[in-house]
Amino acid sequence: MSILEVRNIEKHFGDTEVLKDISFSLEKGQSLAIIGSSGSGKTTLLRCLNFLERPDHGSISVQGNVLFDASDASTQSEEQIRRKRLHFGLVFQNFNLFPQYTALENVMLAGTLLAKERPDYKTRKKEILDTIRTGAVDLLAQVGLQTRMDNYPHQLSGGQQQRVAIARALALEPDILCFDEPTSALDPELTGEVLKVIRSLAERETTMIIVTHEMDFARDVADQIIFMDDGFIVEQGPPEQVIGNPREERTRQFLNHFSKE
Amino acid sequence: MNSFLAVTMTLAGGLLTTGKLAALTLLFALPLGLLICFGSMSRFSPLRWLVKTFVWIVRGSPLMLQIMIVYYGPGLLFDLPLLPRFTAALVTFAINYACYFSEIYRGGIQSIPRGQYEAGQVLGMTRSQIFFKITLLQLVKRIVPPMGNEFITLVKDTALVRVILVYEIIWMGESYIKKGMIWPLFYTAVFYLAANGLLTLLLNWFEKKLSYFK
Repeated sequence: MSILEVRNIEKHFGDTEVLKDISFSLEKGQSLAIIGSSGSGKTTLLRCLNFLERPDHGSISVQGNVLFDASDASTQSEEQIRRKRLHFGLVFQNFNLFPQYTALENVMLAGTLLAKERPDYKTRKKEILDTIRTGAVDLLAQVGLQTRMDNYPHQLSGGQQQRVAIARALALEPDILCFDEPTSALDPELTGEVLKVIRSLAERETTMIIVTHEMDFARDVADQIIFMDDGFIVEQGPPEQVIGNPREERTRQFLNHFSKE
Repeated sequence: MNSFLAVTMTLAGGLLTTGKLAALTLLFALPLGLLICFGSMSRFSPLRWLVKTFVWIVRGSPLMLQIMIVYYGPGLLFDLPLLPRFTAALVTFAINYACYFSEIYRGGIQSIPRGQYEAGQVLGMTRSQIFFKITLLQLVKRIVPPMGNEFITLVKDTALVRVILVYEIIWMGESYIKKGMIWPLFYTAVFYLAANGLLTLLLNWFEKKLSYFK
């Protein structure tokens, strides 16, 4: 069974159709790269998966459970959606770290708040918070920031901020980790350190969806590639096919244009 | 010299009324302003327009007139008992300043990047957790300078309550004119300058306290 099953997703903003009949699935431990020009709907698709946008049509299932179905209002209450978001993690283009918290506090905050919903929180408070802290410290070490844990975001470089953001998303142990153009806001010399972290996650078989403009990276890291254009999935398959030997004329045009840049 | 000391003591007494009114106004207007702000940003449009109209009326008419309406209005129009003078002044000031504050809050809230809310949402936070744990402190930091302006204006606006005979500092200063002394009235400025100087120092200190993040 696929870990993620997206069926017939459609999304309009006013009269503009941004996503048109998007369906795909993803296997556990695989990484999927979504490529395509600006305005093709890639980011909107990612935002739909994280319920930052509600699809107008279609359904999203994780591990066989329907999380969202546009035709079933019972799947759409705000409180339910909040819990369901936890199946997905999202790393933003602009990091969106919380400026008033240190790197470590950024990673711990959500876990600490969610722990309060546990029935045994009152009796085992110290133990639970220690576990969250240890986990956060480990994650920051994993992304190479063990010495910067007590720094505030404005004291970190863009690449370091993005690595904190990755640790923050991993802290809640999402089933699927999504990246929205994670290196687009970075200076070229800083993209490498972020891509390296994502690559190491792929090696550990983290299930990931990566919206990216880094073609070489997508080809190296992804198990599957989706090429989107004008709200449609034009082509999907393994990187050797979609990037190496595209079947569709539109994909070839896009990749040609890309290699010229 | 004797009279200088006596005048100083009398004016200090007037300053006490001024300070009490300003401090109590802040105490009530700061939270009330946030409520009005939420109302003016409500997704429920009748509430939004009601609140916006109210803010327009309060900000668009003279505070001095509002003080008189609140003090004399209930008695003259509905035969109700008058509020105590200081209470009437406080009610008017709290509502008037809350309306100004609400717009400062709104500007602050709208200047916080959407990404901050969205980052909280994807981390499974509730709306109130996002407000209290993420937005609030960033909001406070952003609004300290415009709020400081309002605080200083408030200290000086308290002089208006003399229209309903609340004996604040200028009223006290002016009362010496009958005794042939004009300088006590001018002297009141020193008290305002001292109070606002102190307030400015306090605001600078607070701004510095929040400078650990950007």
